[in-house]
Amino acid sequence: MTSTPLGSPEIYRLTVNGESHDVQDAWLGESLLYVLRERLGLPGSKGACEQGECGSCTVLLDGAAVCACLVMAASATDADIVTVEGLPTSEAAPLTDVQAAFLDEGAVQCGFCTPGLIVAVHHLLDHNPRPTALETREALSGNICRCTGYGRIFAAVDAVVASRAEQSAP
Amino acid sequence: MTDTTGTTTATATATTQASALRHGTLGTNAARPDGVPKVQGRFAFSNDLWAENMLWGATLRSPHPYARIKSIDVTGAWKIAGVEAILTAEDVPGQPNYGLIRQDQHVFATSYVRYRGEPVAAVAADHPETCRRALAAIVVDYEVLEPLTDPEVAIAGTREPIHPDGNIIRHQRILCGDPDATGPIVVEGDYEMGMQDQAFLGPEAALAVPDDDGGGLELYIATQWLHEDRKQVAECLGLPEERVRLVLGGVGGAFGAREDISLQVHCSLLALRTGRPIKMQYGREESFYGHVHRHPAKIWMRHHATADGVIIKIEARMVFDGGAYASTSPAVLINGVTHAQGPYRCPNAVVDGWATRTNNPPCGAMRGFGVVQACFAHEGQMDKLAAAAGLSPVEVRLRNAMRTGDPLITGQPVDSVAPVERCIRETDALPMPPDLPSDADVLSLPGGTGRTADRGHVVRGVGYGVAIKNLMYSEGFDDYSTARCQLNDGIVTLKFATSEVGQGFVMLAQQIARTILGVDEVMLDTIDTQIGSSGSTSASRQTWMSGGAVDAACRKVRELLFESVAAKHGLPALQLAIDGTDVVDTIGSLRIPVADASAGLRLDETVEYRHRVTEDLDENGQGNCHVAFAFVAHRAVVDVDPELGLVKVVQVATAQDIGRALNPLSVAGQIEGGIAQGLGLAVMEEIIVTDGMVRNASFTDYLLPTTLDAPTVVFSLIEEPDPQAPLGAKGVGEPPCISVTPAIAAAIRDATGRDIRRVPVRPQDICLS
Amino acid sequence: MPVITPSTVDEVLSQLGERPDALLLSGGTDVMVEINMAHRKAPAEVIALRRVEELRRWEHHTTPDGTGGTVMIGSGVPYAEMEHGPLAEHFPALAEAARTVGSPQIRAAGTLGGNLGTCSPAGDGLPVLYALDAVVHLRSASGARDVPVGEFMVGVKKNVLEPGELITGVTLPVRRGWQGYSKVGVRNAMVIATASACLAMDRERGSVSLALGAVGTTILRCRDAENWLAAEIALTDAQLEIGDDVVREFGQRAAADARPIDDHRSTAAYRGHAVGVLASRLLRRAVA
Repeated sequence: MTSTPLGSPEIYRLTVNGESHDVQDAWLGESLLYVLRERLGLPGSKGACEQGECGSCTVLLDGAAVCACLVMAASATDADIVTVEGLPTSEAAPLTDVQAAFLDEGAVQCGFCTPGLIVAVHHLLDHNPRPTALETREALSGNICRCTGYGRIFAAVDAVVASRAEQSAP
Repeated sequence: MTDTTGTTTATATATTQASALRHGTLGTNAARPDGVPKVQGRFAFSNDLWAENMLWGATLRSPHPYARIKSIDVTGAWKIAGVEAILTAEDVPGQPNYGLIRQDQHVFATSYVRYRGEPVAAVAADHPETCRRALAAIVVDYEVLEPLTDPEVAIAGTREPIHPDGNIIRHQRILCGDPDATGPIVVEGDYEMGMQDQAFLGPEAALAVPDDDGGGLELYIATQWLHEDRKQVAECLGLPEERVRLVLGGVGGAFGAREDISLQVHCSLLALRTGRPIKMQYGREESFYGHVHRHPAKIWMRHHATADGVIIKIEARMVFDGGAYASTSPAVLINGVTHAQGPYRCPNAVVDGWATRTNNPPCGAMRGFGVVQACFAHEGQMDKLAAAAGLSPVEVRLRNAMRTGDPLITGQPVDSVAPVERCIRETDALPMPPDLPSDADVLSLPGGTGRTADRGHVVRGVGYGVAIKNLMYSEGFDDYSTARCQLNDGIVTLKFATSEVGQGFVMLAQQIARTILGVDEVMLDTIDTQIGSSGSTSASRQTWMSGGAVDAACRKVRELLFESVAAKHGLPALQLAIDGTDVVDTIGSLRIPVADASAGLRLDETVEYRHRVTEDLDENGQGNCHVAFAFVAHRAVVDVDPELGLVKVVQVATAQDIGRALNPLSVAGQIEGGIAQGLGLAVMEEIIVTDGMVRNASFTDYLLPTTLDAPTVVFSLIEEPDPQAPLGAKGVGEPPCISVTPAIAAAIRDATGRDIRRVPVRPQDICLS
Repeated sequence: MPVITPSTVDEVLSQLGERPDALLLSGGTDVMVEINMAHRKAPAEVIALRRVEELRRWEHHTTPDGTGGTVMIGSGVPYAEMEHGPLAEHFPALAEAARTVGSPQIRAAGTLGGNLGTCSPAGDGLPVLYALDAVVHLRSASGARDVPVGEFMVGVKKNVLEPGELITGVTLPVRRGWQGYSKVGVRNAMVIATASACLAMDRERGSVSLALGAVGTTILRCRDAENWLAAEIALTDAQLEIGDDVVREFGQRAAADARPIDDHRSTAAYRGHAVGVLASRLLRRAVA
């Protein structure tokens, strides 16, 4: 990262996806989204509006789904931050069930909204494993998609709900 | 070939043959090759690109819609630490102007700025914030002028030209048959459409990396047409095209907004000036100023018909406000006027259309390209005609529906398959949504979480819309697409310059190769200018044109493969075919896996695919100017709260003429996505411009449909393969967003009895007089 | 580091006392937008409130017989916590308003403290605070004061907060009686109010409160409509019956108090019409 005269010499520490990162030389006004993308090498979260009006930058902050563009990065020290890059995957299972469902149901076109939506859907289903159609819509009402019209996205959520219910059935 | 229809309540239909098809071939729901990186957040959009030693670039834009530049003083900006370059018009080494059709737009404004947001200067610095401060320190002395904002004033010719090319970008008249024909029924109306924005999610972004000798560069760019960008960039840089290499950076949606130059030239100039990589990206506000929008339009139409509601003549006057620069207005206008009759038989017509120049924001391509405006008008007219003739909205449309071979008012026979009647009937046959229950959740009522309505405040309405849409480019444009297919030792590699903007061409290309060549794995080479042009990802053309090119290149390679097998086994090549993943002798018993048959071979074919030639229109608008057409019908069911004027679109039903479903899931995505955009235009999306100033350049006030605004979508696919189309498939991208808007407007009229004449419909249009 | 993250109100106040121009950062959902869009200069110093537990609490102070009483909601309680659960049971109108704030992501971070700090007439929580006669608690290094919300907001994005002052919370009375909130927006979610209203009944005192949003330079209390209705109908009665003509006139009187403007979101004519409709409908719901 090129250093800038705007930057502050102090270092602050962010915990992202379980790892600790030192941030140095940052300008105070930088949002968490900016720091993730431009300083921490985590460009998975996307910026489409910088105003919290599109949800493309959705990350988990202490378990809550928030817009990273509205978090002042330097104030998020000691918070537990999870981005799309930090969702529970492994070499054996490189995609979460939500990610796989998005692909299977055709819910990905340009893909710009996709990371934020994936995080939002994980958050929804972790808190509400059997949402009604309206609950799903309301929970995702902060995530704008311009390509799909949402139909395939709802289908993906339904598919995950069904498969998780099957797995947890006695 | 049997056609297939299927209905669904928001899940895709697989064609009945799909299960018999090999996975990943044409007709199946093949997986996207870029899908895994996209869901993991690893897919590199242009916005994600980064280079060692890079600087950030930013653009200074005019705050005025019309002004003369008296002076530009950059000394203040140079005092800011971290600024490495500042450019204005005098720093453009090559051609100072660019443009898709007319080169009337400036890299940087010289003596005049003609729209709010016109670029005046650019800077490069070490941090985006440094750029912002540098821009703020540039002092431009403007003499503010009175903007021209009314297209009628431009047409009347009462204002001096605001541009050397004049205030009329184009005028076209269509005269067909008997201009004095009339009938017992005459209905007329004025229709207005506001300025919609493409609002793709991935804001404009590019990374320009200069060559070491400073005589060329590599530009990573999210765009719809690499070669057209390269041509304009090279001309403005004063460099030969071979030294300007463009690579497609990941594209976060387009919908027409990436056809024109935005930051390409600025980014390249800064790179050459500084000798360092330059990253430029727009925020959402700048994005609204940085690209063209859909033309706002005012259309008057008058239909003359028999007492039975059969159209005798149409008259229309269409005014499209092109804003400050020409962009693609000349072509948008032609689409508008040539589609004035809609998908209906019409023997006589008098149509006048203008694209005007004003100091309003420049307008150009957006999904639907002029036909959206025409369709809103002609469908409003069809409902008036229905009422006057005592027919239902469905009956009047069936009665006038175009058939294959019927002529447009330009004289061109519509020899594309034209299943208009089927579109209407199948749409009408799709199940209606259930009635709103008395205990309906507040979220499903108009007003949503705002809890403005109770069940008793809500009225339901139904409306219809039908559209014809041309496919590909028109008016004699020599459009083509290039593709290269290589088969080396059993591995197929495709190369093309086709812009993938989310529509899934990268997936389709693999499906084509798998089908033609019997391989499972198909590699895709980088999408860049190291191969010939594929034309624009627009006009619903890529499946036909780039699909046609890939198909043709694969077929040529297959021919060579068969020749090789034939020679080895002493068989006529004509007897050979691909079956699954084998080469087989259709008469004998030879069967060899393609991988084995191609071992040791290096087959390599590049093809340019062209569609048939089209013509210009003469001064009466007569000529075969379009290539092909697709048709679609929509039915919208809306719930309205008439007292507050709030609308909830409950369900949209559609039957679309697609030729052939090459990837049914992908078709579903285009249909649902297009419907959402048409819905946005109907009830919520508008760039509000007052005196040339944009009032709502943000997602706070430019409203896109959310999950709570999305209707249930049910659809039927009409697969009557088009004999002209190389894969039998018509383009599917545009039709879904065209007739849904008038269908929703009609449904609102049905629910409220109000004469809705404009979209987007605002609450006050419904509840106040 | 120029971001200070105290963990108690006292620490906040002492920091604020030393640097009264420091930016107080709560959920960030208004402030970060301004910084991102360069509409506000990035501050030199920031006091982040996210670790101040006291501000994230709410407390119910009951009366001796266990009923009514008041609830103090800390200025750092996110809207998401007001949508469901015991807070929502105490204040259904606040829950309804909270549900319309921005998006779920914004509700996870946005707070009443932020709504009050920004003081936009379109702020979703504000009509509820007005209708319930909320009291805003302010503290500084040198003292504390309580300001009725109607005196706290004085204009468009203007309040009486002094440098060095922190909003610590608001106190709302628990009332017996129906309360509800409505908001007009062109889209079904994530939309700025073009008109909003909160109606709250107090069946003990036999009164009704009606507050309107987005139709004035501040939130408006419709005293004329309130007093007229209380005179027309005995609002302490167990069974309330209100005829259509009363409902209609209530709405008209409410609309007459509105001072709406034309802007890019809507017209004065529409807004004035809409608040009248909202007022009538809320009253109809109150007695349904």
